[in-house]
Parts: sequence; C-alpha cells; structure tokens
Amino acid sequence: MLSAATHARDAAASESPKFDFFSAEQAAEIEAVSARIIPTTDTPGAREAGVIYFIDRALLTFAKDQQKTCIDGLADLQFRVAQTFPGATKFSALTPDQQDQILHTLDEPPASTGRRSARNRPNVGSSFFETIRAATIAGFLIDPDSNRQGNRDAVGWKVIGRDPAHMFQSPFGFYDKDYPGYEPNPPANGKAGS
Amino acid sequence: MSAVTPTPQYKTTDEVDFVIVGSGAAGGILAKELSTNGFRVVVLEQGPYLTEKDFSHDEIKILNEDFLTNHPDRQPNTFRKTPQDKAKLQRALVYGRLVGGTSVHFTANFWRFHEIDFIERSKIGPVAGSTLVDWPITYADLEPYYTKVEWEVGISGLAGASPFDPPRSKPYPMPPLSVKSGGVIFERAARKLGWHPYPAPMAILSQPRPGRAACMNCGFCLGFGCEVGAKSSSLAYAIRAAEKTGRCEIRPNSYVHKIELDANGRATGAIYFDKDRKVQRQKAKAVILAANGAETPRLLLLSANKQFPNGLANSSGLVGKNLMLNSGGVANAVFDEPLNDYKGYAVSRILHDFYELDANKVGFVGGGGLDARFDMTPISFAIASLPPGSPRWGKAYKDLLAHNFTRTLEIFCHGTSLPVENNGFDLDDTVKDAWGLPALRMTYKDHPDDLKLSAWLAERAKELLDAAGAVKQWSYPIQEQQFAVHLLGTCRMGTDPKSSVINADHRTHDVKNLFLCDGSSLVTSGRGQPTLTIEALAYRASDRITQLAHRGDLTV
Repeated sequence: MLSAATHARDAAASESPKFDFFSAEQAAEIEAVSARIIPTTDTPGAREAGVIYFIDRALLTFAKDQQKTCIDGLADLQFRVAQTFPGATKFSALTPDQQDQILHTLDEPPASTGRRSARNRPNVGSSFFETIRAATIAGFLIDPDSNRQGNRDAVGWKVIGRDPAHMFQSPFGFYDKDYPGYEPNPPANGKAGS
Repeated sequence: MSAVTPTPQYKTTDEVDFVIVGSGAAGGILAKELSTNGFRVVVLEQGPYLTEKDFSHDEIKILNEDFLTNHPDRQPNTFRKTPQDKAKLQRALVYGRLVGGTSVHFTANFWRFHEIDFIERSKIGPVAGSTLVDWPITYADLEPYYTKVEWEVGISGLAGASPFDPPRSKPYPMPPLSVKSGGVIFERAARKLGWHPYPAPMAILSQPRPGRAACMNCGFCLGFGCEVGAKSSSLAYAIRAAEKTGRCEIRPNSYVHKIELDANGRATGAIYFDKDRKVQRQKAKAVILAANGAETPRLLLLSANKQFPNGLANSSGLVGKNLMLNSGGVANAVFDEPLNDYKGYAVSRILHDFYELDANKVGFVGGGGLDARFDMTPISFAIASLPPGSPRWGKAYKDLLAHNFTRTLEIFCHGTSLPVENNGFDLDDTVKDAWGLPALRMTYKDHPDDLKLSAWLAERAKELLDAAGAVKQWSYPIQEQQFAVHLLGTCRMGTDPKSSVINADHRTHDVKNLFLCDGSSLVTSGRGQPTLTIEALAYRASDRITQLAHRGDLTV
C-alpha cells in the first residue's frame, strides 16, 4: 500500500515521470486534488490506490475527450491558488485545509437527476472538478483485475467493504446467515391488494 | 459426445428459408426453433459475437465504452415528450448490441404475465387517454410456451409460492437461488404487513447445465455478461443450440437497414452493412424482424417504398406507436448490519400482492410488483447511490461509502405502462447515425395513471422499509420517464389490420412473408418484466411460422 503511494510521489517528483499524458508537475497537482476527494485517513485513499495512474491512462483512452477540461482546469486551479493564497503557486503545496477551501469554490453539485441509474456514466461531469471527482472514484473502485491501473491491491474495495473475491457462497451477510429456509405463504384474501 | 456439426456459411445469394434480424431474447429462440425444425436460417446481428471469455468486471468498459450496448456516439438518438415538442439529442434508450442482445446483460427477472394482462381492456373497459386493447391470444394460449422457456432456457424459482401466480402446467426446472440479506429483510417485513413475498423467479441457473455453470455469485450481474454462462441469455443457450443444428449461421456485425419487396409485394431478404460497412443483400424466402421494440419499427420505417410510403407493413400507421416502458417508483434504505448484497445476482425476493389493483379504490388503472435488490457495482454505487444531500467528497464521503456500500437496499417497484398512441419511436428528421441512417427519435409522456401507480407503489415500498426497521430511508420524486430499457408495444399484435401491425401468428398484416417478434409485439406492458413473455412469444411464433411454412403458405 505504502509502496504505491511512495511510488506515485517519486514518479511525480522525478525527472522522468512514469506518466503518459501528464507531466510530473501536472500529475502532482491532479493527485493532490484526488487525495482530497478520497483522502488517506486511517484507511488508504486515492493516493494508495494509484488513482493518478488510472487518470493518466484514462485521458489517453476512454476519457480522451476530457483532456482539455483537465488541462484548462489545471490552469484555473493554479490561478485560484495564487489569488487565494498570495505567494503560493502549487495546489499540491497547500495544507489540506487550504486545498479544501479551493475545492469548495469549484464544487457545484449537478442538479439531482432523480433515481440513480445503473447506466450513469462515471465521466458525466463537464467541469474540471466533476471530471476529477468522477475519475478519482472510478480509479479508486475499478475492478483491480481490469488492467486500468486503478484500485491497486484492491485497496478501494477493501475500504468500502467489498471482498475482492469474484466468487461467493451463501450466506452473504448478517441478515441471511441464520435464515431457516423459505416458509410457504398463507393464502391470499382475494386478489386485490388494497 | 456427438460430433461437432460445422456451422454453415451461407452465401448472400443463397435463398435461405429465413433471415432473422436480431439475436436477442426473441431472435435467438426463433433461430434455435426454426433451425431445429429443419429450416436454413441466417441471423443478422448488428453487434459483435462475444463469448464468455470476453466478459469482465470492468465497469469502465460497460459504462463508458458501451462494450455490450448501443453507443450514443455511433447511434445517437433524440427525445421529446410530445409530437409538438422539438426533439433534442439525449440518450433515451439502451439495449444489448451483441449476439444474445439485451438478454446478455439484463437483470434476469423472469415473471410470467398473468391472465389479466391479456384481457384487461375487456375487464375494466375503456381508459381515457390510452389505446388499451385486449391481446388476440390469452394466457392459456401462451402457458405451454412459458413452461417451455422455463425448462429449456433454465429458470430458477419456486412454483406455487405466490398465491397471485397464474396457473402453470409444470414447476420450475430448478430451485430458487440462495436468498440474500436484502431478500430476508424484504420477506420478514412483507410478512409483518400481511403480504406474500416469495423467491424471485430468475433467468439464472441455480444448478449447472451442460456447458453452463450455476451462478457463482460474482456480483457483476445487471449490465454485465456472465462469464460462466449462468445467466440464461440467448447467447448462453439458444444461439449455441441453433448453431448445433448445422443449419443456422449467426452473422455478427451485420447492420440491417432495409427490407426490400419484389414486384409481388414479397420480402426478398435483408440489406445490411457488413463489418466493413459494405452493403450486402441476404436473400431469404421469409424475413423475421426481432431487432427489439425500437430497432424493429425503425427498420420498417427505413424500408418505406412506393407501396408503403409511410414505412413497410405500416398501412395501420401504428408502426413505432404505443411504446410502453413499464412504470415504477423506488425506495432505498440503510440497515444497521452489513447485508453484503453486492454478492450474488440482483433480486432474491419479490411480491405480487398489488398485481391487480381495484381502480375504483386506488383511483388509477394498473398494478405492479415489488422487488428487493442491490444491482449497483462499486463505481456506480459511489457515483450515484448515496442518499440525496450526502457529502460528495472528502473524509465524510469516504466514511459514508465505507458504511453504506454493504448496508444499502433498494425496493424497486415495477408496474403497468398504459399504451398511448403518441408514445413511440420514429426517424429523426436531422440526426443521423454513423452509417448515415436517420437516428431514432423517441417520444414519451407517461399516461397520468402510470405516474399515480408509481407513486402508490413507492408508498408501499416505504411501508415495507418502515416495517423492516431501516435506519435511514429515502426515495425520489416520481418523474416522467425519459429513458427506456423495456421497449414494448411498437408493432402491436391484433386481429384488425387497421389497429395492429401483426396478427396472432406474428405475420405483418401487409406483407405475407414478413414477421415481427420481439418486445414490439406486446399489446400490453404486463407489470414490469417482459423478457419471459417475449421468449414465450418467440417459441409460439416459431410453431406458427413452421406450420405456415409446411403448408406452403410463405411462398404464396
């Protein structure tokens, strides 16, 4: 777990970064945003899951159409950093509280769309913040076996309580573990239910 | 082991007996039955031929890349609420675009329609604002075919468990799947309320069959293809059975865009774009469209000619009309202890106490059922399944995800959509797909009774969650639907050529050797789960068409 975080930071700081889309500097900024969306707490967060590598690859594959949003957003982010904290130039160099202060100015929750759909796309966001938010979540929780560089060591799944196995046997949870078996229904009184 | 029968490769100039457009719930079964009955069959499927080894648990592939489904960039569509509105570009439908069609990625809820669904108009009289009519066939006509589907395709369930079930000639071929925690919560709460919960009939194997494993409870079910063949899709069963006859060719990446008639008004085959977008013509003695309730009417409209300027087989003007999506509300809850309902398939318990409501008491027509489900995979859950108003990022968001993912349950209601003539699919006048064909335009505004029903059912769902002792509950306001998964009624079956598109043999009233069989054939919507009825119709249509062919009635 830690090695992934260390690796991510080393890669971001080194002269020859292991990123295909981002420069090392851009990656450090994006990773800092991701790390506030899903922070490292007493459990691993976006950093440990290698989310930045997922996003880097995403922008060259399924999320190509979001490259401009990301690059423009990074410029805007740095502008806000300099404006809010005179003398500062990098989002990643701010304290977590300062970072959150900036992110709150970017977070405009989309209007509620009613019942969630299983067809909701993780990249529906059009703003920079929404794009990074969705990509961070996807990079944290993608199937670790999917070859998309996210959810390293299944840390994201472990955080939300999803056993990384792909086969399960009943009982599954608390309420079915002592289930005695299905008992037949009594007959219905007429067919109408009201 | 029998010798492997080579799959035929017909030439496009070979006049095969049947060309079937679409390989989903209906097309797969038609292909299997007709080839088994000795006919030479070519199935033209617009999507790719994927198999179990191509399926994975990669949510990005499923959600962002539409690996199994129609892609909105290549096949865009428009939406409007009424014919008076200007349609705008807006994804309004999703369907499986691969061999096996939507049956590959569906939830696998497998309810029979009840007697009432075939005769509701006679029973309740006319409904203002709806074109509700009776079917030309009854439940009794379809019952043997429901049984045939359940046994051949492989359905898990417990016969006789619901006192509201229609009569059946045989039990299910295999026991229900293991109950989930959400199902136990649902069952106990429903019993407290005097309702009649029972194990959900599912098109998922609880016991292995030749070449197919029993469900391994991987948890990537709705939206995903099954890697072990446990989901009873057309891909897992019917397509393979059709190929084994040695008389059926499945031709993927074949996008049919026109059905042509000869001088005698007979269909001559299907014209399609192959994988290289070259135009091909497959000749056939008869044509069956099973392309789904959106693409079948679209194909008829695209095939307009001198004889049928408003669309092939559209003398009634009803091709594409009377679309029904099924209605229904939802209620969600979080419980104290982990359910871990992410394991396994989506639904383990349902109830049908409200299948037939008394319109005089409730103030609307229709009825429905409730299910207990968790159908969200991790990313989908984290993007869109926390209670409204929840934090969206930061530690509080992360903590909530960690708590709720294993503890969330949804009660999903499924109900009637009344047919409304203005609702439907036609061709957009400006937007084109990547092949240059006019895009689908969807028009839909729920009948007011459907919205009342959805709200009423959602109240029952909340009542159930109250009885279950949920820690936190939430639901969503009932809104007019703008997104279609069930595509029903758009080429309805009937006896009168003026008020229907096909007859009870699935033959178009206008073209003798052209048949339609899929969701478009349905006259009513049932109460929410149409796939079993679509498959039963496909088995029945296969029998009818076989008889017609043996009588020489297709070549007249």
